[in-house]
Amino acid sequence: MENTHALHYFEYKTLFIILLTLMGLTGITVAVSYLDLGALNVWIALVIASIKGSFVLLFFMHMKHEGKVLVFSFLGTVFFLGIMISFTFWDVAFR
Amino acid sequence: MEVVTSFFETPYPSRYKGIWSWLLTKDHKRIGIMYLFSILFWFLLAVLLGGLLRLELMFPGKTILNAEMYNSVFTLHGVIMIFLFIIPAIPAVFGNFFLPIQIGTDDVFFPKLNLLSWYLYMAGGVIAIASLFSDGFPDTGWTFYVPFSISTHTNVSTAVFAAFVLGMASMLTGLNFITTIHRMRDKQMGWMQIPLFTWTLYATSWVQLLATPVVSITLLLVIIERYVSVGLFDPSRGGDPILYQHLFWMYSHPAVYIMILPGMGVISEIIPVFSRKSIFGYKAIVASSMAIAIAGSLVWAHHMYTSGMSDTAIFVFSLLTFVVAIPSAIKVFSWVSTLYKGSIQMAPPLFFALCFIYLFSVGGLTGLVLGAAGTDIHVHDTHFVVAHFHFTMFGGTGFAFFAALHYWWPKMFGRMYDFKKAYISAILVTGGFMFHYVPMFILGLQGMPRRYFDYLPQYATGNFFAGFGAAFMIIGIFLMMINLVLSLRKPMDASSDPWGGTTLEWQTASPPPLHNFMTEPVVLDYPYDFTGVVEKYSSDDKGE
Amino acid sequence: MSSHSDASGKKLGMWLFLYTEIILFGGLFVLYAVYFARYTSDFAEGGKELNRLFGVMNTIILLVSSFAVAASITAIQKKEKKIAMAGLVSALACGLIFLINKYFEWSHKIHLGIFPNSEKLMDGPQGQNMFFGLYYVITGLHGVHIIIGMTLLFVSLVRVKKDRVTHKNFTLLENSGLYWHLVDLIWIFIFPLFYLVI
Repeated sequence: MENTHALHYFEYKTLFIILLTLMGLTGITVAVSYLDLGALNVWIALVIASIKGSFVLLFFMHMKHEGKVLVFSFLGTVFFLGIMISFTFWDVAFR
Repeated sequence: MEVVTSFFETPYPSRYKGIWSWLLTKDHKRIGIMYLFSILFWFLLAVLLGGLLRLELMFPGKTILNAEMYNSVFTLHGVIMIFLFIIPAIPAVFGNFFLPIQIGTDDVFFPKLNLLSWYLYMAGGVIAIASLFSDGFPDTGWTFYVPFSISTHTNVSTAVFAAFVLGMASMLTGLNFITTIHRMRDKQMGWMQIPLFTWTLYATSWVQLLATPVVSITLLLVIIERYVSVGLFDPSRGGDPILYQHLFWMYSHPAVYIMILPGMGVISEIIPVFSRKSIFGYKAIVASSMAIAIAGSLVWAHHMYTSGMSDTAIFVFSLLTFVVAIPSAIKVFSWVSTLYKGSIQMAPPLFFALCFIYLFSVGGLTGLVLGAAGTDIHVHDTHFVVAHFHFTMFGGTGFAFFAALHYWWPKMFGRMYDFKKAYISAILVTGGFMFHYVPMFILGLQGMPRRYFDYLPQYATGNFFAGFGAAFMIIGIFLMMINLVLSLRKPMDASSDPWGGTTLEWQTASPPPLHNFMTEPVVLDYPYDFTGVVEKYSSDDKGE
Repeated sequence: MSSHSDASGKKLGMWLFLYTEIILFGGLFVLYAVYFARYTSDFAEGGKELNRLFGVMNTIILLVSSFAVAASITAIQKKEKKIAMAGLVSALACGLIFLINKYFEWSHKIHLGIFPNSEKLMDGPQGQNMFFGLYYVITGLHGVHIIIGMTLLFVSLVRVKKDRVTHKNFTLLENSGLYWHLVDLIWIFIFPLFYLVI
């Protein structure tokens, strides 16, 4: 158990590049929404949002440098959320 | 014997005295004891409410309650039992008291958060009481199904807000336990040296953490709908009432695993000690605890077969429900195999544990009748369901709670209770239990609906019998409590290890000192290694 | 005794709390998923009524604020107290602008008769009632979390100023930052689901 906080941080430059990436992805998702791709639109939007989310998670929230406990518990939470939504569709999609 | 100053005499923080040394304590043991008394209060109140219900049902027609009151009483009985007793009981009382001790540390990771959890629990109780007045306690059943929970004029918003607050207490306790287990174990204690009770608390804590927020948002939505009428569950405005049920059971099914897992942990502690033999299949029990927690979150819609959901969903959830039964069966098998060829020492904890194994098994098997969609159609919303969940929640968790009380009482309070009265109370409760609930299985199969304040004449005999059983059960429960409380009049002379246990709580004084251990505890390589215990007891003439 | 010196443990505790927030919003996303599948064209019509410019602006504002908070955590570790404080002040300003934008958006909709239980929604297509119902509930709950996040950032700012949060002990700042990033993360999903469904 550490007595001082382990110092690990991302440089300002790195964080700024991540911010620009996020803005770029925002631009892409807005642009794609003007194309009519039917059912695909919402999935593309979700994929892009997930990519943006991953950048926030890995860099701003430092997950890139965290240990197994946090990584697995986070994935487990997201997995449970996935079950919540998808298993409801066993009902809703087959009525 | 060295006299150790117990935590009762050592407030923490030390500057507080009297009642404040309890209300502002950071000591997990004091918090556990505060929970014990508040939880027993709610339990006994809800038992009396249950007695009231059964008295009403003993005779056809109105006996003592009218229909509206009956609805409110069974709602209140359910809400108190589920949110104020069964879900918190074992984790909040015994988890708080013993988790740090079992892993060889001096407190939980967030002691102040722990105290906050207790205050949230108390606040939830007060808010629930508040909803008894003016427009009356809800008459919706503890499940608060829409649309009735949105349209009824009773105090639904206040009552579900109470449940919301109680949910917060539950989540924070789970958060605290997970962090404690990860960060504060004794250096010698790896994951495979953790006692089984702690393992079940770990599994339970994850379910508390992840499942409770679902009911939090669901209850918030009920309140929002009552005030603002968004229409999210209203078909006339585009909503789907079945979605309420999905969201509600997404929590409430995992909640039954929150209820039972710690109880199973208690049984896994008791059986080896009173068999003087290591538990059969430690790793299998660990794996099955985690498997129950995970698989239990995949089956919620087995409460909804008759709701109007799709046939595909009925099929899928029924199939998955049968999968969940497997890890529970593994545990029963392990307990029985532990007893086999063990050196059995009969004592009240073991007696309650054996009753648990039988009652929970009946409960579990009848759960299969309900889990199979085909048979469920006939017994859904009948007294069969009521009997099933009382066998599992009461015969299961309730009896595990009694067993835990009798197992850990000498450790917590430094006194031993009278065995004979404990046995008598156990027999009264168990016998009364059987007379009370078995008729309900039959009544359900015969078609008597649940939550009905009156019934057709052919159901009168069964209901009469059930009322009789209830009387014995309630007498037994009160006798049990009185016996335990009477022990407090004796001097604190219990030994540190009256039973012959191997987990760390038996290496310290009864009651423990403030920081749990006077000397560094010895962690065994295998937590249920009884060689030392067997040696000690064979060299003495008698035990203790 | 226990938690005093274990920053990793405190961080674990914070993440565990964040998981509860993810699931809390998750329940609302379950409703969104079902109603979107059922009323796709109504949702598209509803999306058109929302102001994209506000949506994009708010998205950028939160992304910038997340950057600012992350930068302040870097700064505190580099003992650059002024930058740490500037980052927090910027994030707070962003949060305030976000809330002001929300206020304008909501007032505009309410002015047009689009609010829960309004005649317009009751008389209109049911799918649009679901769309706007979810819009108000989800963005409302999100707004509450912005306020909580701003409170945490403000407390962190005060403690940084008073040198109670330093490079040796910045768990409060780190954990407040995590909360704020989560609020940003949730908006990253809210934005396309409400503003870009057309």
